[in-house]
Amino acid sequence: VSDQKPLGCWSVKHGQIITCPVVCNFETHEYIAVHDDKVLRIWKNKDINLDKVFKATLSADVYRIHSLPNGGPVVLFKGGGVRTLDVLLEAPQQEIENIISDEVIKWSEASMEGQQPVLIFATEKDGNFFVYVQKLKMNRLQKYKLEQQELSKPLSFTAYIKNQIITLLCLYSNDSVYEVLIPLQQTSEEEEQILSKSLILKLSVSGSVLKGTSFVVLDKDHIAILGSLAAPGEESKECLTIWNTKFQTLQTSKELPLGTSGQLWCYEEKFFFTHGKVLTVMMYKCETSSLAAAVGKLKDSQTPDVSSFVNWNTLADEELVVSFQSQQSVALKSESKMTLRSKRNTVAKVQPDTLSVGQILLNLKDASTTVFEDELRQLMSKAQMPDFQASIGCVITALIKRCKTNPKYYPRNFLLHIVETRDLSYSLCPDLMSVALEKKDVHLLQICLQRFPDIPEETTYACLKVFLSISEAYLQRIDVNLESVICYIDVEFNNKEVKTEIVENGFNAELEHDIWDTKITKETHPTAGELCPVGPQKAALLNAVLQSAYSEAFLLPHLKNLPAQQAVLFLRYLYYLYVKCSEKINTALPGTRSPTISQIMDWMCLLLDAHFTVMVMLPEAKELLSNLHKFVRAQVRFYSELNKIEGSLQELQRRNHQKDSQTYSIEVLELI
Amino acid sequence: MGEFEVHRVRFFGLVPAGVRCLACQPRGARLALARTDGAVEVYNFAANYFQEKIIPGNEARSVEALCWAAGDRLFGAGLGGEIAEYDLSRLCVAHSVDGGGGPIWSMAANSSGTQLAIGCEDGSVKLFQVVPGGIQFERNMDRRTGRILCLSWHPSDTHIAAGSIDALRVFNVSSGQTVQRIMVNYHVHKVKRECIVWSIAFLSSGTVVTSDSFGRVQFWDWERGTLQESHTVSTSAVLSLSVSEKEDSIIVGTSTGATYQFQLLPVKTGSLEKRWVRTKPFQYHTHDVRAVAHSSTALISGGLDAQLVIRPLMEKMQKKGYDAALRKFTFPHRRLVSCARKARLLLFQFSQHLELWRLGSTDETGKDGEVLPLCRMPEHLVQLKSKGPEHIYCSCVSPCGSWVAYSTASRFHLYRVQYKGDSVSVKKVPKVPKLLLPAYQLQFSADSGRLFIASARGSVHVLQLLEPGGCKHLHMFRPPSGCPDAVYLLAVSADGHWLAAVGGDWAIHIYNLKCFKHHCTVPTYNCAVTALAIHPITNNLVIAYSDQQLFEFSIPEKQYTAWSRMVQNSGLHKAWLERDSPITHITFNPKNPSHILLHDIYMFCVLDKSLPLPDNSALLMNQSTLKQLPETARQRQLHAFKICKKFQPLLFADLLDDNCLVMVERPIMDFKTQLPLPIQQKKFGT
Repeated sequence: VSDQKPLGCWSVKHGQIITCPVVCNFETHEYIAVHDDKVLRIWKNKDINLDKVFKATLSADVYRIHSLPNGGPVVLFKGGGVRTLDVLLEAPQQEIENIISDEVIKWSEASMEGQQPVLIFATEKDGNFFVYVQKLKMNRLQKYKLEQQELSKPLSFTAYIKNQIITLLCLYSNDSVYEVLIPLQQTSEEEEQILSKSLILKLSVSGSVLKGTSFVVLDKDHIAILGSLAAPGEESKECLTIWNTKFQTLQTSKELPLGTSGQLWCYEEKFFFTHGKVLTVMMYKCETSSLAAAVGKLKDSQTPDVSSFVNWNTLADEELVVSFQSQQSVALKSESKMTLRSKRNTVAKVQPDTLSVGQILLNLKDASTTVFEDELRQLMSKAQMPDFQASIGCVITALIKRCKTNPKYYPRNFLLHIVETRDLSYSLCPDLMSVALEKKDVHLLQICLQRFPDIPEETTYACLKVFLSISEAYLQRIDVNLESVICYIDVEFNNKEVKTEIVENGFNAELEHDIWDTKITKETHPTAGELCPVGPQKAALLNAVLQSAYSEAFLLPHLKNLPAQQAVLFLRYLYYLYVKCSEKINTALPGTRSPTISQIMDWMCLLLDAHFTVMVMLPEAKELLSNLHKFVRAQVRFYSELNKIEGSLQELQRRNHQKDSQTYSIEVLELI
Repeated sequence: MGEFEVHRVRFFGLVPAGVRCLACQPRGARLALARTDGAVEVYNFAANYFQEKIIPGNEARSVEALCWAAGDRLFGAGLGGEIAEYDLSRLCVAHSVDGGGGPIWSMAANSSGTQLAIGCEDGSVKLFQVVPGGIQFERNMDRRTGRILCLSWHPSDTHIAAGSIDALRVFNVSSGQTVQRIMVNYHVHKVKRECIVWSIAFLSSGTVVTSDSFGRVQFWDWERGTLQESHTVSTSAVLSLSVSEKEDSIIVGTSTGATYQFQLLPVKTGSLEKRWVRTKPFQYHTHDVRAVAHSSTALISGGLDAQLVIRPLMEKMQKKGYDAALRKFTFPHRRLVSCARKARLLLFQFSQHLELWRLGSTDETGKDGEVLPLCRMPEHLVQLKSKGPEHIYCSCVSPCGSWVAYSTASRFHLYRVQYKGDSVSVKKVPKVPKLLLPAYQLQFSADSGRLFIASARGSVHVLQLLEPGGCKHLHMFRPPSGCPDAVYLLAVSADGHWLAAVGGDWAIHIYNLKCFKHHCTVPTYNCAVTALAIHPITNNLVIAYSDQQLFEFSIPEKQYTAWSRMVQNSGLHKAWLERDSPITHITFNPKNPSHILLHDIYMFCVLDKSLPLPDNSALLMNQSTLKQLPETARQRQLHAFKICKKFQPLLFADLLDDNCLVMVERPIMDFKTQLPLPIQQKKFGT
């Protein structure tokens, strides 16, 4: 907040100490303060002197007052007693019971569950931590003991209530955040229950550890932590960080060089914290987390045929439910999803009542190849299965498993069929592509590249390498989808031998043409860009690589491993594509699924980045590079000339308009 | 159907004045607009946004602010330092009061319309009480230096927010004291330039919205004096701002010609917390948008490029209809050109002078689209300058070309023009009869023997023109039932027998000129008449309404004709009804009695009554299609509307003789070049 000015200021008399944070009663717009542990003060904006406002002296020490948006303030006493303010004001001197004997309250929070206020507070005694849940309307107190943790203890707590379950997050001194689930509706009252906790986040990023001081929950996947980030051997820096708990990643952080008081509040998508001597308000935004976003691989939305792939959000939601229910009984229905989430479960877990995909697959484990495939085909034809997508993943996993165990077995057509007809993604069947790479099944790889939205860069690179290394002769025999190249690739170089000597009117046209041709090419086109350096099959495969999604940072290290000869060939092909693109006025290649100019340029830059030193040294690359350079320079000049022409044309148009705007003319108009 | 020789005239150098301010009638259906030349116009939303009333400007009277008060009373204030109340039935200033604070920059009425606040050059804010028949000074607010550029009342009428240079202030109305003063450029460091608060709005929540010369739209909490939100909209000034009645939407206008809508939207779906979000940008104007208004269904903006743009909010529309169309008005919905058919002269009306031109001619003929060589160039014959500060209300040239008449707010002039060879002499007719002025419309009879003058209270005067340059008052018509409003359109039959007059109540009265009697009234239709004319042979009155309906009324039979009933039964083509500009002139071809010639700003149309009406599936503008078809195939495709859109924007079209048309165009670019340069904006990084 840049314009900070106090709107009101009140102070207690000398000698009195305000002992708990002042809160505002939202319903009456009154402020409530406690000084000297026992004295309650209530005043309004208009009141100036705190001494003259309403005063009530209570019989017990107040720990804290919580103000709820539509429930009125709630007072928590140091002895663990809880009263609403209204009740307390009726009889200020009423007796307050001591519940927690000699435990010390460490933290408390109040929130609304439906219509009733719920107060949660944590206490400590001799290194043991207890959690109390007080439901005010029902006046029911629950006590829980927090599971012991060796060598570390909770530093800070935060809690929220959702679906009748209190989620208590604890920041421990071992730089981890643990989650504790406390069901609100618990019937067993007598004994003290022990709460088990689960680790949800370790606060360390590449060696440096965040020593958190306070934290808030932003949404179900994000928490914000204020603390100091300490890397070994470096001075620690205070910073505000946002973490994604689902993917255990640090989403963002902001350094606070002026230091903070270690307190952080969050209200309506804004952080409030002190930074140096000022209160800083910061807006934040948490997008729905997806794995793709977490690893920076959110696919371009403009890619035309994005297939619907696994929805991580729903999966995660269900997983959450699972973990809740797992306390009472094992979730049944999401079994098949669980299988795909962790591979070791694929065949291990068996469903007793219904014959699930996992079951079938298990049964088929030892069946013969033909039976196996027939069964799988049958399985696939059951289109209306509840978790069809996941089942397909299981089927493929099973197939691949079999391929791995039996090196001779490779159901090429069956796999191709599945990939072509189903909306799959890499993450659903991660081994499929590696097997295909092993078997050099380029057609399957091409289809995968075209269809999978989430191929890791490593695999993309492996595909590229295979495509480049494979011989043209081998490719000629293979069926590859050529639709991306068919419209622009020139087959001229094949006919070159056919078109030998043609004598026209006694002249050797070819000869003359040749001279003319070389002249032209020398002047206008660099020679290397003339013909496609690779065959149409290879071109089609490379196009599939060009069009797949990637992020530069991840791809570049792999690309550096590409052998120099292959890199030159690839660059030559990219250069060819670039020249082809530039021939057309709209700088786009004809045909469906052909790469766009920006994809070509991006790859070209990437390749040059990865191999520049090698390229410079290689004699065969030299000419290519200089041609490329010349061509790009020519393009730049060409566009700058176009810009000039645009200006001239506009001027012409203006003049034309002027001519048109003759003030008077007699014209003939025919109306029919 | 036929070929026309079209005199395409582009030498009418009209430059419409820029829009200075706008005021929506609270809970009403009218929009008041003031131009930089002081003219005030009223648009009627219910009548398809027809420009219903025009009060011509006055050099001595600029209008900086307009507001509606006490229901339907319209007040204007300007740099002359006076507050004027407009008489909307007589279309003139009813009375004016000196504000007493120097030039007035701003004026606002309270929500009940009982008080007016003005902001003056000397930094004072003054309150006036609206009383029957005028206004009365009530009190001064606490005065500081710095002109008050904008004012806004809190909806509860307890406070007024006023924008000045570098600061905004909030006054308590009952005590007159400044209760808050906020420096608007407090947050901008090292700024030497002054920050002008151009526009202000006080919301009922206590939020004050300002727009300033730094291009910001800011939201302030007036009680605390704190900035709540700041949106930088433009690199140049945000000149105008208007809030919807529900306070959930704001429109702002900038000096780059762009307008933006802000909406109060929940931060999340279902969330109670709402925030102002800039939602829609529009670029309809090329120049400063000095005025914006927010009606319940539309965003309205007016710029110095003279355009009034009405952009309907589609989410507020129940169905697609007249209201759902984007409208851009640049030219008045009224004729500024009159034509002497026989003498082939054109009379152009400017704000303070008239120009008389003689058309050129050609000997050649040609095919469609050809430009014929001229054998005589057009000639500028006479320029008549009106004296004094008043602008011209109306003008007319007689069919023979020897009489020219015009009227200002207080004077009526009649001239006798004589042509001897190449020289032209103009003689003022002395001793014109004393009439109730101003005249709102002038019309000569076909034989140039009489002049009809549309006057206030529904009356029409008839003057007899005498050779060699005199006149006498013959008669005054008045509707039998009376009418408070002025007559704004006249039509006279070619045989001199009938006269039709339309008043502000949209009733069409027909008078018999032979026996000077009221003949009949055309059945009332609840929309404004935009043009009317009497057929020279059948004496049928053709009427165009602002909802684009066409009616034909037989005067002798006092009823709608069979064709008119047929049109009403089958309905006009959808594309015809969805046009956004009104028909401004109707004329006929005596050689082809079934033809009606009409035009609006964007098209010229020959309506052939002998042909079938097009149904909605047919193409309305089918001329170019027809031209490509062979002769035989055309017959099936023909329909009654023959529309030509070649000439745009078309200010006037008339038939000179059977195959000779005159079209007066005013290309937008021609007058845009005469406007001050707009703020240059970079395009494509050049």
